[in-house]
Amino acid sequence: MTYEELQNAPLCLSGRQLTKVFVNGKVSKTAVDHVDFDFHQGEVISIVGESGSGKTTLSKMLLGLLNVTSGTIYFKGEERKIRTMAQRRAYWNGIQAIFQDPFSSYNIFHKIDAVLDDCINMRYGRHIDKQKREDLKTEACSFVNLKYAELTNKYPFELSGGQMQRLMIARIFLLKPQILLADEPTSMIDACSRATILDMLLKLRDETGMTVIFITHDIGLAYYISDTVYIMEHGKFVESGSADEVILHPKAAYTKRLISDVPKIHEEWNLDDVFTGEE
Amino acid sequence: MRHMIRNVFHSPKFVWGFGIFVFILIFCIVYPLFNPGNPLEMLQVGGFAAPGTYVNVYDTVAADINKEETLKIKFRLPGADEKRLESVLSADDRNTMLKFLAKVGVDTSEVDVEDLDQLLELWEKYFDPTSQPKGITRADWNKYKRINNAINRISSTDRRSVSEKDQDGQMAAVGDFSSIDYVSVDEVANHITLPLGTDNFGRDMLKELVSATLTSVEMGFIAGTVATIIGLLFGLLAGYVGGVLDDIITFITNLFTVIPGFVLLILISFSIGQEQRGVTTVALVIGLTGWTWTARSVRSQVISLRNRDHVNLSKLSGHSLFRIILSDILPYIMSYVVMAFILQVSSGILSEAQLSLLGLGPKSTETPTLGLMMNWSMLYKAHTSGYWWAYFPIILTIAGVSFSLNLMNTGLDQVFNPALRD
Repeated sequence: MTYEELQNAPLCLSGRQLTKVFVNGKVSKTAVDHVDFDFHQGEVISIVGESGSGKTTLSKMLLGLLNVTSGTIYFKGEERKIRTMAQRRAYWNGIQAIFQDPFSSYNIFHKIDAVLDDCINMRYGRHIDKQKREDLKTEACSFVNLKYAELTNKYPFELSGGQMQRLMIARIFLLKPQILLADEPTSMIDACSRATILDMLLKLRDETGMTVIFITHDIGLAYYISDTVYIMEHGKFVESGSADEVILHPKAAYTKRLISDVPKIHEEWNLDDVFTGEE
Repeated sequence: MRHMIRNVFHSPKFVWGFGIFVFILIFCIVYPLFNPGNPLEMLQVGGFAAPGTYVNVYDTVAADINKEETLKIKFRLPGADEKRLESVLSADDRNTMLKFLAKVGVDTSEVDVEDLDQLLELWEKYFDPTSQPKGITRADWNKYKRINNAINRISSTDRRSVSEKDQDGQMAAVGDFSSIDYVSVDEVANHITLPLGTDNFGRDMLKELVSATLTSVEMGFIAGTVATIIGLLFGLLAGYVGGVLDDIITFITNLFTVIPGFVLLILISFSIGQEQRGVTTVALVIGLTGWTWTARSVRSQVISLRNRDHVNLSKLSGHSLFRIILSDILPYIMSYVVMAFILQVSSGILSEAQLSLLGLGPKSTETPTLGLMMNWSMLYKAHTSGYWWAYFPIILTIAGVSFSLNLMNTGLDQVFNPALRD
């Protein structure tokens, strides 16, 4: 689909004047500052910004893990309601996440089967027969190039970081949510596994038509993967638009700086530029 | 889990602590099997008998004199007479002897009271029971004669006879024995071994101590369990749920922390009243006042855990609050909770000892506890009268139990917190 087609697709998740203020005694810090956004069905969105720009806070608000200070989130055109446990469960059927650190994403006391079983329980209910359960788990694992027979009855610490993160994708494959929020899913992974994991995410998007919200500090990665790019600075979106438009023809000074900070292999590095920016 | 337990038992500190604790416990469980009976039974008329084996004088004589001469067991032990003299001539007697020698004109500055041979030699040379020297009162002379008789009795090889009053009221000899006759302790009908002597009421100290240790450890465990459960519950709720609940629980915790725990303990114990204070009640009271620091530390641990990714993932998987707390938070702080529990047990035992020492412990008529025993020995002035056996073993036991528990705690700390390993 082209960028224009995507922009005409039905709205999946949107926010109006979304704000988060952390208050600690008399000190308050605005992490996310009155942001507006519209995410469409099937779109891959990147939210790019440096550390501390509010990306993770925004993602936690979108997931419903953090209370919103003010503003509204609309899920599929309706105002999101997550007051009761049942509402939250229903919402989390529609939105799921992959976190940055695969090593801390698992409960180290549970076998990894438990993670997949939880997903099956959530999507298909508890009363699903054993054979079907095994088939689902095998299918999910083979989607991410893992062998279920080798993984079953193992503890998370017996897996490598790449395997753990792929298993997280298998989890999403089982849940098939409308929205996937990936919070820097590749920053803790080595470069070879990184490409594999990104390709798997895109493949998953193509198969299920889900919206992927990709949060990263790496603007090159954002260009590689996304249709739409949002640039975030100090809790505000300074620029947004299609990936080509934002990255090839940046308007905001912050975007230009981010792009110039990407190390280029074929050029000699000017370290002064890298550290001070072009401002 | 198995791996963790193996690690724990590879820590020398933990193994030592565990070993000492288990040794004390096993001894306390096994000892009553060999020496059954009520630990609070008063065996002695009076109190504070020194540690040792006591044989009945009457039975010892009876066991010997009824035997035929050929059956009697005779030993010629080297130095038997000297030992006898040592035990008969007390330090007072020796000083009296020295005084006599000085009066008859011996230069006593050279004489050593401890040197019995020299003293006896001089005594034999100067003491003549038939002639009373001038300048000595009758009372003193009688005293000297008594000492002289005692010395002669021991050094003579004559047999002693034992007499009883017959029907006519006349004394008649019923048997005799000599200074080399021996009787096995087992043949004496009544004898008792008191490894730690008796306390002020004349009760067997060791038996009492064993029973008291078990009771105190039991109280420590009750108090520790109560404190850990309350602290854990409050800490988990305050830390995980946060918000207003956190504020309320933190307020209560701070309130209990600000009031000195021991004063609170004294006030509660006092208001319950002597009659209502059983072992369990006092243990519960100790537990109810000691949970605060467990709650505080569990809360801070939980706060650092609640924003971890695995907890977020568990939320996204639709798990309920209780399931997240039980399966995603609790296992991560379990090692910490075990350590806190061990410390709570140890401090429970110490609190009981302190409380009972002040006379606010469990009522004293049913079971002894370590603190109650300390209280008794203090009330009856064992410490100022030199009855060391009535308080020193108790101090050692309290120290041993809490030392072993603290050692276990330190060992666990090193296993679970690699930064502390040396």
